Amino acid sequence: MSNYSKQKFLSPAELGGFIVLAILLFVVLPLSVDDFRLNLIGKYLSYSFVAMGLVLCWGYGGILSLGQGVFFGIGGYCMAMFLKLEASSVENTAIQSTPGIPDFMDWNQLTELPWFWEPFNSLGLSLIAVILVPGLFAFLIGLAMFKRRVGGVYFAIITQAVAAILTILIVGSQGMTGGINGITDLRTLLGWDIRTDEAKVILYFVCVTFVFICLFLCQFVLRSKLGRLLVAVRDTEERVRFSGYNVDNFKIFIFTFAAMLSAIGGALFTLQVGFMSPSFVGIVPSIEMVIFCAVGGRLSLLGAVYGALAVNFAKTTLSEAIPELWLFALGGMFIAVVSIFPNGLMGLYNTYISAPVNRFYHAAVRFINKDKPVETLSEPLSEPESESTLGAK
Amino acid sequence: MSNKDFVLSVEGLTVSFDGFKAVDDLSFYVEEGEIRVIIGPNGAGKTTVLDLICGRTKSTEGSIKFRGKDLSKMTEHEIVHAGVGRKFQNPSVYEDLTVFENFELSFPRGRSVFGALGFQRDAEVLKAIEETAEMVFLQEHLGMQADLLSHGQKQWLEIGMLLIQQPSLLMLDEPVAGMSVAERKKTAELLLKITKDRSVIVIEHDMNFVADIADRVTVLHQGKVLSEGSMDHVQKDPKVIEVYLGH
Amino acid sequence: MFDGYTGSELMAIFAMQGFAGLILFSVLVLMALGLAIIFGQMGVINMAHGEFMILGAYVTYLTSLFFETYLPGLSSIYFFVAIVLAFIAAASLGAFVEWALIRRLYKRPLDTLLATWGLSLILQQTYRSVFGAREKGVSLPDWMMGSIPVTDMVEIPINGIIVMVLTLLITLSVYFIMQRSQWGAKVRAVVQNRPMAAAVGINTSIVDRMTFALGCGIAGIAGSAFTMIGSTGPTSGQLYIVDTFMVVVFGGAANLMGTIASAFTISQAQTILEFFMSGSIAKVLTLGMIVVILMLRPQGLFTLKIRR
Repeated sequence: MSNYSKQKFLSPAELGGFIVLAILLFVVLPLSVDDFRLNLIGKYLSYSFVAMGLVLCWGYGGILSLGQGVFFGIGGYCMAMFLKLEASSVENTAIQSTPGIPDFMDWNQLTELPWFWEPFNSLGLSLIAVILVPGLFAFLIGLAMFKRRVGGVYFAIITQAVAAILTILIVGSQGMTGGINGITDLRTLLGWDIRTDEAKVILYFVCVTFVFICLFLCQFVLRSKLGRLLVAVRDTEERVRFSGYNVDNFKIFIFTFAAMLSAIGGALFTLQVGFMSPSFVGIVPSIEMVIFCAVGGRLSLLGAVYGALAVNFAKTTLSEAIPELWLFALGGMFIAVVSIFPNGLMGLYNTYISAPVNRFYHAAVRFINKDKPVETLSEPLSEPESESTLGAK
Repeated sequence: MSNKDFVLSVEGLTVSFDGFKAVDDLSFYVEEGEIRVIIGPNGAGKTTVLDLICGRTKSTEGSIKFRGKDLSKMTEHEIVHAGVGRKFQNPSVYEDLTVFENFELSFPRGRSVFGALGFQRDAEVLKAIEETAEMVFLQEHLGMQADLLSHGQKQWLEIGMLLIQQPSLLMLDEPVAGMSVAERKKTAELLLKITKDRSVIVIEHDMNFVADIADRVTVLHQGKVLSEGSMDHVQKDPKVIEVYLGH
Repeated sequence: MFDGYTGSELMAIFAMQGFAGLILFSVLVLMALGLAIIFGQMGVINMAHGEFMILGAYVTYLTSLFFETYLPGLSSIYFFVAIVLAFIAAASLGAFVEWALIRRLYKRPLDTLLATWGLSLILQQTYRSVFGAREKGVSLPDWMMGSIPVTDMVEIPINGIIVMVLTLLITLSVYFIMQRSQWGAKVRAVVQNRPMAAAVGINTSIVDRMTFALGCGIAGIAGSAFTMIGSTGPTSGQLYIVDTFMVVVFGGAANLMGTIASAFTISQAQTILEFFMSGSIAKVLTLGMIVVILMLRPQGLFTLKIRR
């Protein structure tokens, strides 16, 4: 079959990228940093799920959501609710006026568990809820918005309003949600203490494993015809409609998928950090999550991981050293990723490292083979990088 | 006349924007296998008529019957599924994708979300794409990114993307705009070839091209039919001469 | 929620809360006016709009300090000087930002949104570094403090009336600038057909910059008005930005009357609801209502044209 129709799950360059990332996350980092830093990296990595979702939804689909913190938060809260109930056993809470319910409920004079907390007594139901509740919520928002053809900046602003609403609701209903403090003091998962250093190392590896599972899932979506349709919708939505596709459904799908990814990140965040609070839900954290994706490169899945790591690392380092500088740096990043390098770190990598190396490789191959007939030239090292051709406009 | 003789019957079609009637009580009928050309001065409502048929604009009044189905109540993709294809005035192709991928996305299979996720490039798809590419003179360019094509080639690509959907009614908005003389000739041949088993509605300004392809011509003026019949007939119609040459 | 109030008490509450909402309404109208000019005429979403407002608020604060220190005799009129200065400061910053950043991003609305968000963070931190994190309050001259009794239960605050009149004047002048002046004609020409406008000799980039500066300047005036209902902190602007967007999209961008009507609806709904329930729930209800309305009418409530 001719060349143009060939399609690999991973191009050689992408495969290389995956392997490098796997070595970095599974081997190099665990061996080179202490347990505290490793836990911090695990926390950063839980943001990379949000960034991956944004790569699909915003980078490829052109749908910018400024409310991803909503789904990250709901996922995290679902996990936290289970852990909190486990921590609030009757023995642990004997001093409360109503033993057996979470402490903040007791402080707020609640005497029994609200109905929506009941399913979170079961780990199985909780894990299902982590994915399904945010997924359903995103599906409903998507259904309402995209069927009504709300898009672009209008959609972005509405997702922002949703983030504002949810934060206010969580903070406002202190007795049922823990309010502004969130759900804290999480201890064990089915009796296994998640606060020990050993547990944190194990949870780090769980998180990294999920990173790769989700990377592969996203790669599968992008490599399918749906991935190409997303690009088509982003650039020429009307043509897609007149090719016989119900574009709204595709938008709903990718928005829901991105929300579910964020939720997985949120749940892993809760497990590793040991609490969840509205400060990860609102307008500001939600829009910060966009920068993780943008810095990594809005068209690169691997970039999403590096972006989440780099921005959060910078945030921790800078806000420890010179707190005033962090907001300047963050603001500068927002401006830079749209005006100077729209394809982020991965765009820079492709332009300044990958492409020159490729050129050098081809030049070397030509030089070595210059006496041989043209037909025997070896295959190019990599396919033309999609980043350059699918560049955001 | 009964509707069954026609692929498309448009009756009493009216659409108004802010009180301005862009199309006003318009009726016309297209027969099986016919090439109908719609001409008319700027602002006559030609493109709006196509927009109405393909569901891009919703009509205020009137019906659009296509093989017994009322298109005015269907969404864009349902109309495509029913067998209506539409080419836009400015070539509208997926510029960031290759010619091959442009055809692939237009191939009528895997159009649902999960259908698209599970879509495979099997022999049937490849065969259809290669045949179509050859028909629209793009077999050499399958691997090329669409935004690198010439303007005329993009027009062909868009026509090809419609053909691969196997529509029974094809609507082309200015298919030869921006084409060289040689390209126009090829396009006219192409149109004659592809209309063997389908009906076509063409909007065009180039009168030589119209004379080459049209079975019947409908002249629109201010949202209404001014004249209808053979090219010869409408060219001699005093009302048409008045509109085009008068004032 | 209306339990325990008599009919006349309810009327009085609605009236009082309504007048209390006047300043919020004025701030929202001015903010939305600026945002709508920029968004409607240029398709640019300015996420830093709240920070332009806060710039106006800080300028007002500085002006009041200046008058207190050097011109105590004239301190009763400081507010009017402050308005002019706030406009000039915010408009100049706006012109600079347009030149340095926005003009590179036309036709990329989502990117503009992110870039101006970045700008808002930088401005916030600048305010924090310059003025400190503590909120600054402005003391009003005595004659603006009182209120006019209308009935034995209803009183209208004087500063509310002043801000209201001011808002009305500004809105009217914006209307005349946009619809009646030569410059407004140029702006509209650029909106409708940029290449053609350029071809007939309109300097489109100057028009863009002036439009953006005007929008930001009006936000600066909103900041002056804002000092009457709240104290000014580095992040005060952020609290208003989502509300303002809601006003703009709710009213249908580029529609002056729609903007005013929607600012009125939103500010009144919010203040009246606030009386009966907690402020946060009132906010949730208002935001939720707007989201639902936008779902039903994505083009905004007051837009009539079918635009393609």
